[in-house]
Amino acid sequence: MPHRLNDGGRLIDRSKPVSYQFNGKRMTGFAGDTLASALIGGGQALMGRSFKYHRPRGLVAAGVEEPNALMTTGTGAKAEPNQRATMVELREGLTAKTQNHWPSLDWDIGAVNAAVASVAPVFSAGFYYKTFLFPRIAWKHVYEPVIRQSAGLGPAPTEQDPDSYEHYYHYTDVLVVGGGMAGLAAAKAAGAAGAKVLLVEQTGHLGGRLLAENDTQIDGAEGADWAAATAEALGAMENVAIRTRTQAAGLYDHGYALLDEDCGEDASGPRRRLWRVRAKRIIVAAGAIERPLAFANNDVPGVMLASAVRDYIRLWGVAPGRELAVFANNDDAYRTAIAAFEAGLKVAAVIDPRAQATGPLAETVRGFGVPIRTSSVIAKVKGGKAVEAVMVGTKTPEGRVGGALEKIKCDCVAMSGGWSPVVHLWSHCGGKLRWDEEQSMFRPAPERAAPTGDDGEANTLVAGTANGFMSTAEALADAVEAGREAAKALGLKPGRKPAAARVAEPETGVATPMWFAPSVGKYAHGTKHFLDYQNDVTAADVELAAREGYESVEHAKRYTTLGMATDQGKLSNINGLAILANSLNAPIPEVGTTTFRPPYTPLPIGSIVGRDAGELFKPIRKSPMHDWHDANGADWEPVGDWRRPFCYRRGEEDRHAAVTREVLAARGSAGMLDASTLGKMIVKGPDAARFLDMMYTNMMSSLKVGRCRYGLMCTENGFLFDDGVVARIAEDEFLCHTTSGGADRVHAWMEEWLQTEWFDMKVYVANATEQFAQIAVVGPKSREIIASLTDMDVSTEALPFMAFADGEMAGVPVRIYRISFSGELSYEIATPAHHGQHLWDAIREAGKGANITPYGTEALHIMRAEKGFIMIGDETDGTTIPQDLNLNWAVSKKKADFIGKRAMERSHLADPNREKLVGLATDDPKKVLPDGAYAVADPTASPPVVIGRVTSTYFSPTLDKSIAMALIVNGPDRMGETIAIPVEGGDVIRAKIVDPVFYDPEGEKQNV
Amino acid sequence: MLQLTCPYCGVTGEETEFAPGGEAHIERHGPGSDDGDFEEYLFYRKNPRGLHFERWRHAYGCGKWFHVARDTVTLEVYGSYPADVLTPPKEIMAKAKKRGAA
Repeated sequence: MPHRLNDGGRLIDRSKPVSYQFNGKRMTGFAGDTLASALIGGGQALMGRSFKYHRPRGLVAAGVEEPNALMTTGTGAKAEPNQRATMVELREGLTAKTQNHWPSLDWDIGAVNAAVASVAPVFSAGFYYKTFLFPRIAWKHVYEPVIRQSAGLGPAPTEQDPDSYEHYYHYTDVLVVGGGMAGLAAAKAAGAAGAKVLLVEQTGHLGGRLLAENDTQIDGAEGADWAAATAEALGAMENVAIRTRTQAAGLYDHGYALLDEDCGEDASGPRRRLWRVRAKRIIVAAGAIERPLAFANNDVPGVMLASAVRDYIRLWGVAPGRELAVFANNDDAYRTAIAAFEAGLKVAAVIDPRAQATGPLAETVRGFGVPIRTSSVIAKVKGGKAVEAVMVGTKTPEGRVGGALEKIKCDCVAMSGGWSPVVHLWSHCGGKLRWDEEQSMFRPAPERAAPTGDDGEANTLVAGTANGFMSTAEALADAVEAGREAAKALGLKPGRKPAAARVAEPETGVATPMWFAPSVGKYAHGTKHFLDYQNDVTAADVELAAREGYESVEHAKRYTTLGMATDQGKLSNINGLAILANSLNAPIPEVGTTTFRPPYTPLPIGSIVGRDAGELFKPIRKSPMHDWHDANGADWEPVGDWRRPFCYRRGEEDRHAAVTREVLAARGSAGMLDASTLGKMIVKGPDAARFLDMMYTNMMSSLKVGRCRYGLMCTENGFLFDDGVVARIAEDEFLCHTTSGGADRVHAWMEEWLQTEWFDMKVYVANATEQFAQIAVVGPKSREIIASLTDMDVSTEALPFMAFADGEMAGVPVRIYRISFSGELSYEIATPAHHGQHLWDAIREAGKGANITPYGTEALHIMRAEKGFIMIGDETDGTTIPQDLNLNWAVSKKKADFIGKRAMERSHLADPNREKLVGLATDDPKKVLPDGAYAVADPTASPPVVIGRVTSTYFSPTLDKSIAMALIVNGPDRMGETIAIPVEGGDVIRAKIVDPVFYDPEGEKQNV
Repeated sequence: MLQLTCPYCGVTGEETEFAPGGEAHIERHGPGSDDGDFEEYLFYRKNPRGLHFERWRHAYGCGKWFHVARDTVTLEVYGSYPADVLTPPKEIMAKAKKRGAA
């Protein structure tokens, strides 16, 4: 049966047919259709299955609040799951698929859940707290996989998203949210006063509900024409910008708002744009959302919001049904009966629980000859995959169904429980609400609290129906006033208050609340009165939650999952909390609402991510020689934000073989290491020495110019957090090396103390890490290699251990530090970054005869461990003090103060029984201990007593045996003792406590 | 997301441009101080309802540390001032007082 009406449809262009695919079937609609309206036009009523019971579901709404018609649009990498069909604009070639059913939409095996539920209430409120509990093991292997398979939303695409997304910063005087009547009027008032205005509208068209009503005139013009004229006037204002298809997702501190713009599937630019807006004033003109009514089987496809039915008829020229029943407690919904009648559809009846329906709209309907049944309710809907009829009964004064039920044949039920202002944005950032008893709605209460700016002034206004003004005249006046107020607050002069607009509209009065439509028999308890369609929460569930003690609305929400679906309770919350209040015998305002949190509607991950994907997700830092490493077998390892070669693999060589080769080369002849990533802080000024005496545990002021000293940095807690070699460049200048990962932290640390504590000190700190390339040349042949490249005197007399010299090497300026982290004769040569590759090449060339071998971080680690040198992050964990690592020699006793000194006086840090650094030699020298393994006193004890842990562990190629460092309680006093280290799989490795310096304990190698 | 003004470079920027540094005006207690003072210095922080003095760094700007007087309830910023100012300026205190926060 064709559901496209012969005429009407303000938004569609019948001259432009559009073809699309739905569940693999080719269908057509028109330009201007949404996927939802096109599907209705194509006669498709069934659009999905509910989560829990897999009941057939159709459209309920026509806008953002749609809970049922969630579909996956696009395919492959372009698939977008969980799209509301009501918000997807039809385009040529669109593909859409329904979700949450198996094997097919029409025949779904999950519906057995509903059959089971009808005999045993397994899916009632809190079912997941009550069922599937035993046996425990079944949860992992049976319950969860089955539940995951059968309940759920559309699958996320597995391929990389080919679209691009961007973030856009925008600063404006006034942000107006909502392009309906109120938004347009407020924007115009603020814009006319000279304010810079951004107006955003979530759909593709401006005018809001004015487009769907034909009985309202503003200043003598049809509502829709007034909207078009106002939009045009706004478009002509240079200080006003308008963005459609842009959702205001959230409102945050100090007038910060997030907007999500859908730029279209076919746009040449980004797919979506996330606006990060800072507005001086925000006007929320977000309108209102119609409430469903709670009645039995109110989820059968064909039961829809009255306003949605009207929208489909008038905006898109499609008929959700041929034979309508209207079920409403208010006059406004009679407009749907009028719209249907005018479109040539049959209106079977209007069912109204009120005793009287005498407003002008009701009279018009009556005049059409449509039967109006007052004091009546739909006791239940008949039909499975589509509405077939409604059973109508008389509502008694006691709120029950009296007398016999009348069967009224229909294929669509237009329901309305009144309207709820959209107060979400207002509430996101502190705006409070009040309960309006007369209109039975929560509305903004700026007198209680409003969102505020950094100046403490209220910065958010609500306008129109969102503010609780439900008539056109009142809403319009409120919006104009909001626009003027916003302008005034900005110091602008909006001029004399304009005369109120002339509005002609039918009187609608207020809705008479009916939170629960009585029914009969097994339906009387509300087990089929659906509140939250997507999560299958019924009136009975909420009532049960109240009975089981979940009295707080927040608890009841989580227990029943009411309002926790992707629509976040836009339709269900008010009915749910009214039923909760009723169950608790409490007034609605006492029960209150749940918290409104951003985003207003689901925000796509792509929008949030923006450009921070792929290579830009976490940009890496590269040393000046990065490309050479990459071209020469570098096996990369992340070190902070840097990438460093773990080792360089030659040919078929594995990691272990490469590392062994590198260590043996460096120890036997010569190795070279790219040490550019080490942090380099230049600390300069008359007080530089005094400052560094505070920053380091050891004395730096006594360091002579031209010399280096290894220094330790502690926190005020006394814990070691960075180390490195400090070189005194001049009386008033030092260069402090830091760890590769710690450079930025140390820089910030130094700045913090200089700026916030010792701001009397005359010191500058500059982070010169990236200004220099640094190359370590290591091994017995290192001196002859570098001597061949420079005229500088690099003899041990001229350049002794822990000295440095400036000069020229291979034609470029260098500073040569004679320092060693390997225990070998070693030089670290720094040169301006742009000379790094040149110097690297020159050293390699000069070292060819000595088989100079580039080595990576693993060889570096092994060589330092062979020497018992600590590594920050391996031997330290944020609770380690220098004394634990036998570094007492680097903690000054002469200095009156340094950062961490006071902390070290505390009893726990001065405790002689702390874990201290030792070496471990495994009984089986081939066995390498696992990193981080615990050492225990007695491996058979239960529970075992931990006496320490392995901090560094390697197989030493130099010594051809396993070596390890460990922190063991009283370690140095237990030399020679054998301890046990239980490892995975039940094995116990035994190791002897030894000196942590495994190689060249006298330091003869580095001092030649 | 807060909006803060750096008193050094004068830039009013997004919170993400700044790095928070906890409570301001904490007196350092070094060697020789008693255990109670040192404990307080290291570990005890105020968590007031209302006026709060805090440290921020213009991390993605001029790099300077500064102080902010901010209301923890309304998030109103009463003012910001340099890190070497040891007591909150009078006009900031007056502003907070007017709001009933100080």
